[in-house]
Parts: sequence; structure tokens; C-alpha cells
Amino acid sequence: MEQKEEYILNVENLVVDYVTNDGVVHAVSGVDIRLKPQKTLGLVGETGAGKTTTARAILDLVPDPPGVIQQGKIVLDGKRILEVKTEEVTQGSQKKMVKKRESLSSKEMQEIRGNLVSMIFQDPMTSLNPVLTVGEQIAEVIAVHHQGMKKKEAFQRAQEMLELVGIPGERAGEYPHQFSGGMKQRVVIAIALACSPKLLIADEPTTALDVTIQAQVLDIMKSLQKQYNMAMLMITHDLGIVAEVCDEVSVMYAGSIVEHGTLEDVFERTMHPYTEGLFNSLPNIHDRKAMLKPIPGLMPNPTDLPPGCAFAPRCSYACERCRTEKPQPRWVSDTHLIACSAYDDPGFALKGRDER
Amino acid sequence: MSSAQAVIETPELEKMEKTSQIREVWRRFCQNKMALAGLVVIILLILVAIFADVLVDYDTMAIKIDLPNRFQKPSEAHWLGTDELGRDILARLIHGTRISLSVGVIAVSFSLLIGGTLGAIAGFYGGKVENLIMRLSDILQAIPHLLLAITIVSAFGQSMPILMIAVGISSIPAYIRIVRASTLTIKDQEYIEAARAIGATDRLIIAHHIINNCMAPIIVEATLRIAAAILSTSSMSFLGLGVKAPTPEWGAIMSGGRSYLRDAWHITLFPGLTIMVTILALNLMGDGLRDALDPKLKR
Repeated sequence: MEQKEEYILNVENLVVDYVTNDGVVHAVSGVDIRLKPQKTLGLVGETGAGKTTTARAILDLVPDPPGVIQQGKIVLDGKRILEVKTEEVTQGSQKKMVKKRESLSSKEMQEIRGNLVSMIFQDPMTSLNPVLTVGEQIAEVIAVHHQGMKKKEAFQRAQEMLELVGIPGERAGEYPHQFSGGMKQRVVIAIALACSPKLLIADEPTTALDVTIQAQVLDIMKSLQKQYNMAMLMITHDLGIVAEVCDEVSVMYAGSIVEHGTLEDVFERTMHPYTEGLFNSLPNIHDRKAMLKPIPGLMPNPTDLPPGCAFAPRCSYACERCRTEKPQPRWVSDTHLIACSAYDDPGFALKGRDER
Repeated sequence: MSSAQAVIETPELEKMEKTSQIREVWRRFCQNKMALAGLVVIILLILVAIFADVLVDYDTMAIKIDLPNRFQKPSEAHWLGTDELGRDILARLIHGTRISLSVGVIAVSFSLLIGGTLGAIAGFYGGKVENLIMRLSDILQAIPHLLLAITIVSAFGQSMPILMIAVGISSIPAYIRIVRASTLTIKDQEYIEAARAIGATDRLIIAHHIINNCMAPIIVEATLRIAAAILSTSSMSFLGLGVKAPTPEWGAIMSGGRSYLRDAWHITLFPGLTIMVTILALNLMGDGLRDALDPKLKR
């Protein structure tokens, strides 16, 4: 328990469901995230693995309805921002499970957003308001978190922020459509960093950008992270970006983390079959004619997850137990965590990745 | 006009950075010749309203009864002729500009303020709040506009503020619908969520992000509604429920001339033309403003 304070972000057993007319979508089922100050954690996974929902839950921005946080505890910089637990309550002779939700008031939450923790959204084309100048939009964050600051002063700060991300300050009076995609994303970064947050959540910040601009934006993010001493939660499906910026990696599949470890743990000592599959599906740079090797099958329908390991239907190592029993996460070293039942057999090992 | 001013007010915060933007809007507005013509007419009308007393004296020209000179055809002494009580029609029209324009602008500002706020709230929060607001607006919409205005004036008495409210109240549902519809499409945009992620309150999101995005339809609707309000005021005066007797108002002048249409056509023709030109100019200007103000529209 004493250790907790050293984490800037501590998410315990987060469960988020989307309750729709067509059934309950188990978007996130029991995710733990621990992030130390100034470190970068990569959250990797396919589309629909629950990465974005996890990030939104941290900011308490899960759209409700239909999103419901069923369980979990989120502690941000020592502040408990959300705790949902089910407690057994004896009512007369009947025992009932009652869900208890404790969270910050929406006002307190508004103070945290943008100030302590900021988020960069996936698509810079849509995350800027087209009818407000970029300067106004940056100044807005500053004004929200500095009550009583003069508008002019906030606007000057906004110009400084623009300079910081490599855009001339004079362009603060221009509208988003006058900027290119990469510049827009830099504006979004400027907005996110305007109040020097301690944690930056980047939700696929480079997905909408072309490759040459990706490097540029990542460089800016990395250098600003150092400058501001921020921790960063980098959500991506691009393993190259993870290798580039992250200290630790969590691999997510169908709402749970299947492998977690340092960059070396996950990249060099891959242990989970899914992670292996991810690496194998990358194009082979040494053999350009080689066919891509995607993981066979699709991610299971999140309204109807298989009873055992969610990856079992697509896993080439899967045995009978995998299909019926949920794998328990286990620590294989001080830093390396996997959720795979196959390691119950001490002799088990992956076939190994294709040589690259 | 009121909403156009609202748009130009925001940039005042950062004059330096945004002057180029105003110039840009102005440049695009000028490209539309029809809109420019509309603007010129409106500016002329506003000048006439402001300097009405300088142009013609109210007491001796606009309301003084001069029976020997009644039903004069347009002549050098009376450019647009005189009415059934011998008053100069041009003088009455000039002074009527004040009433008609101010009723139009104030009535529209009133309904825009109430309708816009309710519409944004309904669209943003949805659920029961939306249902309540929209059903109330449906009820309001179901009542014939003129009938409602007549009822309000008869119930609360015949005075300028009440006339403005009576004329304005019937456009409230239109604003509720427009702003609500725009809000519905805007509130699910990612930049609204991004605004929330930086800690913006609901009020700030509505006031800053949503209203700014609804500006284009609001401006067009407002200019059209000013025209409608002027028309409604004229209708009310025509029915004898508008402004009080000697006060010159375009509709009232028309109404006064209708019994003498066969012999003195000019009493109805000129106020009618004035109303028509004003409304046309407002509509043209509204269309031009919409195109010019939309920063997403590049040319």
C-alpha cells in the first residue's frame, strides 16, 4: 500500500461495459495499469481491444449512457478519482450485491482534466473546433485553469505554446483549416500541454498522420515530455512507435492486458502467444517478397466473450483448458507479467518469432 | 443585424491577431454584389432612422393634420403625396423607419436570446429537458402567429415593448429548432470531447464551442426574421393593434390608405414598396453574411 504513492497513475481492476439494446459489450474487463512519473507506458492492441475506453475511463469521459464503469479504482497522482466496488450487503435475511460508486464531483474532475492529466485525440482534423482560431482554443485551456487571468495574457501564453511546438506565434489568429494535418496535431499537443499536466494520455496520436510527419510529431512529444517531466500513456497499435517512445508496454486483447513488461521484456522475451502473433504479422524487412502472416481469425465479439482465454480461438498453442478457464495473470520476472495458462506446463515455450 | 454584431464582437479580444480575419470576411462579403446592395440599403435605412429629425421635422411634417392638402398626388411639394389627413407620406415613412427597424431588431434579439438558449440546452442535454422544451415549443408553434400577437397585445395593452414581445415570441420556436438541430450535430464532434478533456464546463462548451458553430444558420435566420418581424408589426398596425394612431409606422400608413385605394393609390403603394425593399435587402444581406462568415468555406 505504501508503494502506491510512487505511481502517477494507478488503475486497479477496471471493468467498463457498454450496455446497449443488443447486449452488454464488455469493452474493458479487469485492466491494471501502473505508471511511474516521467515514464511512458505503451498500450498496444488491435482496434476494439478497449484501449481508448481505458483511457477515457481515466478522465471519467466514458460516454454514459451506454458506458458503465462496473468496477475498478483509479488513483491519479495520489488522488482517488474513482472507485467502484461491489459489496455484499445483508438486507434482512437476503444477501445482496450492491454496487458502490465513489468519485470526485464533476467540478473537481473538471479541474483535473487538462491540468493534471491531458489527452491527445486520434484525429487532429476533428479534435479542433473549425470556427475558433487555434490561439483561442489554446487560450481556452489556460483560462479554464487559471481563474482571473486576462484574456490577453492567456492568448500570449497560447502563442508561446505554439512556438514551443514549432509553429510561429503569429499564426495563433488562424483557423484550423489553414493548417496541415501535422501542424494541427502539434496544435492539439500544444492544447494538451498548455497547463503542464503530469500525465499525458495520447490516443493514437499519429494514426491519422503520414509516416514522415509521424516521426516529427513523436519527436516533439518526446522532447516536451522531458521538458515538462510528464508521464505518458501512449495508446497505439503501431509497435514501431512503442519501440520508439515507450519504457514499458502493456499488450491488450479483448479488454484485458495479456502481457506487460519493460520494452525489453515484451520485445526481446516475448512470452504471450498473442504478442508473438503481433510481431509475426509485421512485414518482414529482410524478405520483402514474403507473405504477411496475420493472426488467423478475428477478435471475439465483445458482447459474447469466450468463457476461457479470449485469445484461445485464434491461438495455435491453445489446449482444452484454455477454452474453459480464464488464464490467471502471473509474474514471470519482477517486471514481466503474462496472462496465459500454457505456462502452467513448465516445459512450455513459444516457437519463437521469425528471424528478422 | 444584432447577431452580426455578436459575431464581430468576439474578435475584439485580440484585435491584433484577428483584424486580418475581419478583412477576409469583408472581402468575401464584397464579392457578393447582391449582398452588398442589400447592405447599402440597410445602412441607408439606419442612417435615415438616426437622422429622421434632421431630414424632416416630426411635429410639423409627420403628424400635423393639414386637411386642405389631403389626397395630394406626388408633387414637388410632397414627393410621395399626402394621406387622408394631409400629412406628407415621405415624412411619415422617414419617421416610420425608426419604429419599424427598432421593432424588428429588438423583437428578433428577444426571440433569439430566449430561443437560442433554450435550443442549445435542449440539444446539449437531451432527455427530459429536451422533451419539455421541444413540446412547449410545439405548443407555441401550433398557435397562429398573428393570433398570438393579437392576444398578447389585447391582454397586456398597446405599447411598444409589448408589441415587440408579441411580435418576437412567435419566432422563438424557430430558433429553438435551429439551434437544437445544430447543437445535436455538433455535440458529438470530437472537438467537444476534446474540450471536455481539457476541463471545460458545460456552460463554456455551449457558449463558446456550440454557439459559435451555429452562427451561420442563426445569422441567416435572424435577418430573415427581422424582415418577418417588420412585416408582422406592419400587419398589427394594419389591424389597428400596432402603434398608436398618429405615430407613423409603415403598416399603419398602408392601413390608413386602404379605404382610398381607388383614388389615392400612392398612400398604400409607397409604404408597401418601402417594406418590400427593406425585407429584400435584409434577405440578400443575410445570405451574403452567411457565406462570408463561414471560415470553412474557402474560395
